[in-house]
Amino acid sequence: MDLAQTFRVAVESLLINRLRSVLTTLGIIIGVGAVIGLVSLGRAVEAFIASEFNALGSNILQVTSAAPRSPTRDRIAPLTSREAQTLLRPGVAPSVVAVAAEYQLFGQVVARTNNTTTTIRGVSDNYGTVRNWAVSVGEFITPQHVADAARVALLGLDVVERLYGSRDFNPVGETIRLNQRSFTVIGVLTERGGTFISEDNVVLVPITTAQSRLDNARTPDGSFRVTTIYAQARSEAELPSAVEEITQFLSEAHGVVFADEQDFRITTPSDILGIVNQVSGVLTVFLAMIAGISLLVGGIGIMNIMLVSVTERTREIGLRKALGARASDILNQFLIESVLLSLVGGFFGIVLGGVAAAIGTALIPQLTITLSADAVVLATVVSTFVGVFFGYYPARRAANMRPIDALRFE
Amino acid sequence: MSEKKPAKWVIDVRQITKTYQMGDVKLQVLRGIDLRVAKGEFISIMGPSGSGKSTLMNILGALDQPTSGQYFLDGVDVSKMSEAELARVRNRKIGFVFQSFNLLKRTEAIRQVELPLMYAGVPNRTKRAKAALEAVGLGARLDHLPSELSGGQQQRVAIARAIVTEPAVILADEPTGNLDSRSGTEVMQIFQRLNREKHITTIFVTHDPWIARHTNRVVMLRDGRVVADQKVKAPLNAGEAERPSEAEELQGVFEEVYYGGKREEYN
Ligand SMILES: Nc1ncnc2c1ncn2[C@@H]1O[C@H](COP(=O)(O)OP(=O)(O)OP(=O)(O)O)[C@@H](O)[C@H]1O
Ligand SMILES: [Mg+2]
Repeated sequence: MDLAQTFRVAVESLLINRLRSVLTTLGIIIGVGAVIGLVSLGRAVEAFIASEFNALGSNILQVTSAAPRSPTRDRIAPLTSREAQTLLRPGVAPSVVAVAAEYQLFGQVVARTNNTTTTIRGVSDNYGTVRNWAVSVGEFITPQHVADAARVALLGLDVVERLYGSRDFNPVGETIRLNQRSFTVIGVLTERGGTFISEDNVVLVPITTAQSRLDNARTPDGSFRVTTIYAQARSEAELPSAVEEITQFLSEAHGVVFADEQDFRITTPSDILGIVNQVSGVLTVFLAMIAGISLLVGGIGIMNIMLVSVTERTREIGLRKALGARASDILNQFLIESVLLSLVGGFFGIVLGGVAAAIGTALIPQLTITLSADAVVLATVVSTFVGVFFGYYPARRAANMRPIDALRFE
Repeated sequence: MSEKKPAKWVIDVRQITKTYQMGDVKLQVLRGIDLRVAKGEFISIMGPSGSGKSTLMNILGALDQPTSGQYFLDGVDVSKMSEAELARVRNRKIGFVFQSFNLLKRTEAIRQVELPLMYAGVPNRTKRAKAALEAVGLGARLDHLPSELSGGQQQRVAIARAIVTEPAVILADEPTGNLDSRSGTEVMQIFQRLNREKHITTIFVTHDPWIARHTNRVVMLRDGRVVADQKVKAPLNAGEAERPSEAEELQGVFEEVYYGGKREEYN
């Protein structure tokens, strides 16, 4: 009998035992659906993180204070506004083209009868351009505001909503109180969203105002502490030299002799990317494991049902042999049956994965979950493999049955 | 390597033995059977239960190999064949009819009959299957499932399936065993007609002497040996002769009337 005939016999057998076939494929449907769904989810999360990361700016360095690794030093010299300005002096850090500074504190915001707690960021006037923050209404903090330590504030959308009840409210010109001091609202920040914590829950004020009016951040040498210095390198290629120049400058300024006495940390985009990749790598492995386990379970389900089916159909096998089926005909029939089961399961698994992706996209607007072609190909290949692998043993058992024993079977 | 015999005998069995190994115990079921069957013969095999009838039929049908001895089917030595060659012999030379019909469940009659043709890989399957079903009087039941057919009709589908490949011999192990006497008679009529009109060599096993009287020759087995092999003087035509009623058959067998229970209760 040729393969086309065997194929027909296999299809007929599957249709005759419809319920059993459907139940068998269920395992594969769920397995493949899980693979497709989880792989697509993983991809979407990766893409999302990458886009968030790109929004940070690919040539921006972040300098923060950090505890020295060496036990020989426990003093941490604060980063200061003066150091931030000095970086731009000729010859100090030639690879750096712009520097923004931030002084961060927490505080209470009161407007009319409403109040909320939020992050208050004192920022330099170029913070908007360096960090890619923009205003939707009003204006950004100007050099004059910084020079005067003016009592002006920009509000994030979450804060607008909490204070005025609506994200659409235009608060420009309103008076608010930050930590008991009154400020005039000069603008609203554009919506930023945020991966884990909303970046819209923020109030921006001139850095000098934060350092001197909301807090006393004066240092013994007459400058002011800053929380973070953002340095923009001329290009991505010049990031390493920028790191080196800043390290050298700050080490000298902070009296650092050995590298592990450093009391500051410079984070580059590639550091962040590394962490991101590590996280998404773990995520991918984790998802792949879940998916793999469900496929394995599905495969074992197929084997289980095929074995039951071989036993249950012992007389049928004996009859087919009595009518002239060769061992290879029986082997092929059962193999084709199990491969078909897994392929059909694979197909509906892909559909299930696609539906799950669509639902996921609808539920989490930040993620665009799409079925990738390679996931579909992978699912097809894997389900064929599962069918052959888990179908072979039962098929061989069927093929090797002696017709006489099979016919006598009750 | 098969020795070519002039195919005078469709079946030529020489000194066949069959021994089953049951753990340490050897059970010799066939103890040297000789049997020659010419083309067109209609034979019934009889014998007590356990005498080896089915064992012999399975060897004749190439479902099983003898422990020793030779078996020529249509002049070809079957006892030396490989599994694949045996499959081919079963497909081309032999038509089986079983006591329990052995139809595929939920499969239309026409598909059941096509099955051996499919394994043979021959064309015009549907046409030939239809002809075979018509030959057993089921031309109007082509699309019926086994569950939609009576026992006798199911057995007729099985007969159609056995004859569709035009085999050298039809082997039927108690084909009427699961049928009531009317359906049994129908099935006998079909066997008889196929044998008389198409000269299909037919061997079947039966416990029923009445059924055996419809065949041309009766082979009796006991304890794995042929104890009698005789021609039937005047074979009955199925459906024509009236089977003697059980009461007639039991005439004069019993000593006295006995009702069961205590006799006093009836007086
Ligand atoms: N596979 C086997 N293994 C061991 N013993 C077997 C096997 N098949 C048959 N036998 C034994 O061989 C003997 C003959 O069996 P067989 O089925 O040929 O009898 P039979 O004449 O067809 O009987 P019945 O009229 O009851 O069908 C029995 O004693 C049986 O138990
Ligand atoms: Mg028997």
